[in-house]
Amino acid sequence: MRLERRAQTPLSVVILVPLVAIFAALLLAAGLIAAAGVNPLTAYAEMLRGALGSRLAITEMLTRATPLIFTGLAAAIAFRARLWNIGAEGQFFVGALATAAIGHTLGVPGWLGIPLLMLAGMAAGALLLAGPAFLRLRFGVDEVVTTLLLNFIVILFVGLMIEGPMRDPLAFGWPASVPVDGAFRLPDLVPRTRLHIGLLFAIAAAGIVWLVLARTVFGAETRAAGFNAQAAAFAGVSLPRTIMGVALLSGALAGLAGSVEVMGVTAGVTTTMSPGFGYAGIVVAMLAALHPAGVVGSAVFIATVFVGADAMGRATGVPSFIADVIVALCLLTMLVALLFTTYRIRR
Amino acid sequence: MTKVLELTGITKRFGALTANDDVSLSLAQGEILALLGENGAGKTTLMNILFGHYTADAGHIRLFGQDLPPGQPRAAIEAGVGMVHQHFTLAHNLTVLDNIMLGSEPLSRLRSARSGTRTKLIQIADRFGLPVDPDAKISTLSVGERQRVEILKALYRDARVLILDEPTAVLARPEAQRLFETLREMTREGLSLIFISHKLHEVMSASDRVAVLRGGKMVAERVTSQTNPAELAELMVGRKVERPMRQAHKIGAPVLVAKNVSVGPSEARQLEDVSFIVRSGEILGIVGVSGNGQAALGALLSGLTSPSSGSLMLNGIDAARLGPRGLIGNGAGRVPEDRNTEGVVGELSIWENAVLERLRSPDFSHRGFVRRTACKDYAAGLIDRFDIRGATPDTRTRLLSGGNMQKLVLGRVLSNDPQFVLVNQPTRGLDEGAIAAVHSELLAARGNGAAMLLISEELEEAVALSDRIQAIVKGRLSDPVAAEEADPQRLGLMMAGIWTEPENAHAS
Amino acid sequence: MTDAIDLLLNTSLWAAVLRIATPLIFGVLGALLCERAGVLNLGIEGIMTMGAMTGWLAVFLGTPLWMGLLVAVICGALMGLIHAALTVPLGLSQHVSGLGITLFASALAAYLYRLIVEVGDLPPAIEPFRPIDLPLLSDIPALGPVLFSQTLPTYLALLAVALMAYVLFRTPLGLAIRMTGENPHAVEAQGLNPNHIRICAVVVGSALMAMGGAFLTMAAFDSFFPGMVQGRGWICIALVVFASWRPGKALIGALLFAFFDAYQLRLQTTLDAVPYQLFLMAPYVLSILALILVARRAEVPAALMSPFRRGER
Repeated sequence: MRLERRAQTPLSVVILVPLVAIFAALLLAAGLIAAAGVNPLTAYAEMLRGALGSRLAITEMLTRATPLIFTGLAAAIAFRARLWNIGAEGQFFVGALATAAIGHTLGVPGWLGIPLLMLAGMAAGALLLAGPAFLRLRFGVDEVVTTLLLNFIVILFVGLMIEGPMRDPLAFGWPASVPVDGAFRLPDLVPRTRLHIGLLFAIAAAGIVWLVLARTVFGAETRAAGFNAQAAAFAGVSLPRTIMGVALLSGALAGLAGSVEVMGVTAGVTTTMSPGFGYAGIVVAMLAALHPAGVVGSAVFIATVFVGADAMGRATGVPSFIADVIVALCLLTMLVALLFTTYRIRR
Repeated sequence: MTKVLELTGITKRFGALTANDDVSLSLAQGEILALLGENGAGKTTLMNILFGHYTADAGHIRLFGQDLPPGQPRAAIEAGVGMVHQHFTLAHNLTVLDNIMLGSEPLSRLRSARSGTRTKLIQIADRFGLPVDPDAKISTLSVGERQRVEILKALYRDARVLILDEPTAVLARPEAQRLFETLREMTREGLSLIFISHKLHEVMSASDRVAVLRGGKMVAERVTSQTNPAELAELMVGRKVERPMRQAHKIGAPVLVAKNVSVGPSEARQLEDVSFIVRSGEILGIVGVSGNGQAALGALLSGLTSPSSGSLMLNGIDAARLGPRGLIGNGAGRVPEDRNTEGVVGELSIWENAVLERLRSPDFSHRGFVRRTACKDYAAGLIDRFDIRGATPDTRTRLLSGGNMQKLVLGRVLSNDPQFVLVNQPTRGLDEGAIAAVHSELLAARGNGAAMLLISEELEEAVALSDRIQAIVKGRLSDPVAAEEADPQRLGLMMAGIWTEPENAHAS
Repeated sequence: MTDAIDLLLNTSLWAAVLRIATPLIFGVLGALLCERAGVLNLGIEGIMTMGAMTGWLAVFLGTPLWMGLLVAVICGALMGLIHAALTVPLGLSQHVSGLGITLFASALAAYLYRLIVEVGDLPPAIEPFRPIDLPLLSDIPALGPVLFSQTLPTYLALLAVALMAYVLFRTPLGLAIRMTGENPHAVEAQGLNPNHIRICAVVVGSALMAMGGAFLTMAAFDSFFPGMVQGRGWICIALVVFASWRPGKALIGALLFAFFDAYQLRLQTTLDAVPYQLFLMAPYVLSILALILVARRAEVPAALMSPFRRGER
């Protein structure tokens, strides 16, 4: 038996690969659930019920999927260009913070304010990633480490702001920032649930990113630069401009995640408002094999795991950290499974 | 004569490709055997099997009467096989001594025996006439010196059978002659040698016996003194392939003019004060040993670097800082040195590669959106016109064979009717059929009035195609000579840096 | 302002420097070993978390402290083995695999901790390593308490620096590791298997990272909580670059870094008008600055992040 490079990858394999990866991850996690003294099948059934078992559960899950679609797109487009943006978590928070800061006092009607605040969140996220992108282009500093470290700096900065200048005097207990004005809260998508029209924005964003990558000159140059930077440069693609363009787009998407989450769900910013949306976005992107369309599907899956694990924890006593374990395992199994899109086994 | 090495029935497949098909070969004590064949004939694969880099699917190897276990370089080294790889296997940031010591001591040893190694290394270097400085970093050595280190690595491990893969590819002719003298010396010290080559003249002059591989099969063995270049050429290629010949025609006006161009900071010039003129309908050949500034010249004319001084004019406009897109926009075309790393993006489709250079032109995009139908039609036209086999516009480019990939790169350049074309190592790694196809395309473009600058390390190619030839040595260019006056002797001297210096060089 | 200067003269500050540096020294040595062999190990943050949890847990469940260290080392090595398996023979993306290991190890540590340990209002604690006064040496005024009144893992860390420098630059094994990071094809051509060397380096390097994590729960503090590594792993990755992949410079880098960290901790209490978050940001900002400073001059191992497959170049 040996591995052999595929000439073409059939569509069936493209679709099957993430499913196999997810199955493998669930199988591995089953061992850990069993270690907690719970039948894994029961646990997974609880998980499904918790995320998809009722109308309310489904809306909760989709609410959770919304920011994951944005951060997943942010990672997908960056990784396509071999720009290792691991800083979506930080970009999420600056986007949220900018939205809350401006949205608290902005005196315009909602139809104008909401797009403006989204732009503000995007700008904040884009600027935050522009820094590491600049450092890489100008000084050759690896962006992995800088974006990771910026996540910690941003979280501290958020803490500083919500305990200081942006503190909400009306908030009890945990410190939170001032909320956005009621006029800028996103309308509900399903009445009397937390699900808001941000989900539609996220799906639209996936469509736009697909269009940009697959149909525009910028997208073609981005893919060329990601696969083979040297050949792209030879053909006249400006690498600095492409990298910076991708950085701005990726940062903007992650910033938008924070902006939409504030306007749609939390109103104010807290340091605990993200259960790792930025990091999970990397898994979302990988499970989608970096395809924008796939990002929507994989975000729904990851959201199902997160929301379902909480319910499973309540029902069975399995610590809800199992969700993080499953998500992390998905990343590793997907990485291995992707081998089968480029190779096949021959005997 | 005793046989030191016997390969029997070696077969090796890579997917659908059979790289070696039932190959048998033997080597006698003290013999120099040349392994002759075209690119892709399976020479390097065969030697890599002998050295244990690959495991054969069938066949076995006997060395000094013992079976050699397959797939273990260490076993091969311990049995007395040494290999000098075409792409040297050296770590550039480490010293000569480091590179030679590696693997010679058991890893469990608590301390490297550096001084002992140094003494033994110097002894061996003296004995075989291969002087080196053990403490020099590899990155500071010339290509010739690096090859010396590569040979010393094998000798240090007491190699008695030495394999050299295309050893002269990186050497100027005098250096190559010296190398073969050294190798002859080694056979007197009891070594037996196999060298891989596709150059007839050095096979004829340096070997005792020739084994010819073609398409993975051993097609003939000859005692060198009983054969001739014509017979070997026929055996090697198997079919009669005529390379097209350059016809005399009228040369037009200058298209590209470089005057006193230097590239790189003054303390480390990559190109020093070079001047040349390329005229319409003319091919100017730049010959030289690899690593003498060809890369910098290629980058300059591709728009990837700018001159630090001097002027570069294309059709009367300043082309010094145009960049790739600007050059193309002003009628230049560029064929890069390495089609895989610079020419194409293997993961993208053929149509995307076909238009990548000119994506922003209105032919191929509109308001930032790619005109996919137009692009694919264009790619289909290229496939048709340049006879790119096994391809549709949607095929992933890395699936093309080397020759077809090169035709794609050539096609996207030539279909644009460029007035100036840079052609950098256009036939490297191609077989005779593909070489002939590439050459006829280049000559056709010349016939259409393109001004071309051909950078080549293959003298035969440069002489066949070029109207005039300049040699590049250490970043400097010789004066041009007409192709008719460029006999091998004279070119060899030029490439070794022996030319009459132009007047202004003595002025200061 | 005089307070800020007084702080510098306090021996407890200097003793704290070595203490704070210890996990960084282990982490940076581990990352350095992996990278010298050509493998970027972004699993470090998770591996340190894993080491912190498992070492602590072993002691919490009743084993002696040294056994706790051993457990941490073994768990770290196992995580390293996963990273090595994915990136070396399979040649998968070192970036993605490393991040995957970090996410996985952090989540697994938190899951197992929550599963096994009953957590009340206060996290349960163990009896950690106590400082050992080296006889005579610790009595030296000023220098004694700083250098010779540390915990066992701190002494081990200093020993590990010397050992790493010796192995890398004085032994055949070290030469093989460095060569693998520079050009694995050269290693293969000399009859060694570069992939075996890489796997070993990643496993041992990960074990060292886990030691660094274990120090946090077994000497610096006495309890575990998820997220306690707080980016120390990423800081180590930055320090490796800062140290030009040299163990001696890595030690200096870790100490320098720890000094700023210890100093800012003490400044926080003196300058309470300044928001404490600004002080806490200092280590991360410092790491980025250090990277900018050296990035242009860095002599990166030439084959870092390029997988080795036989016959392909």
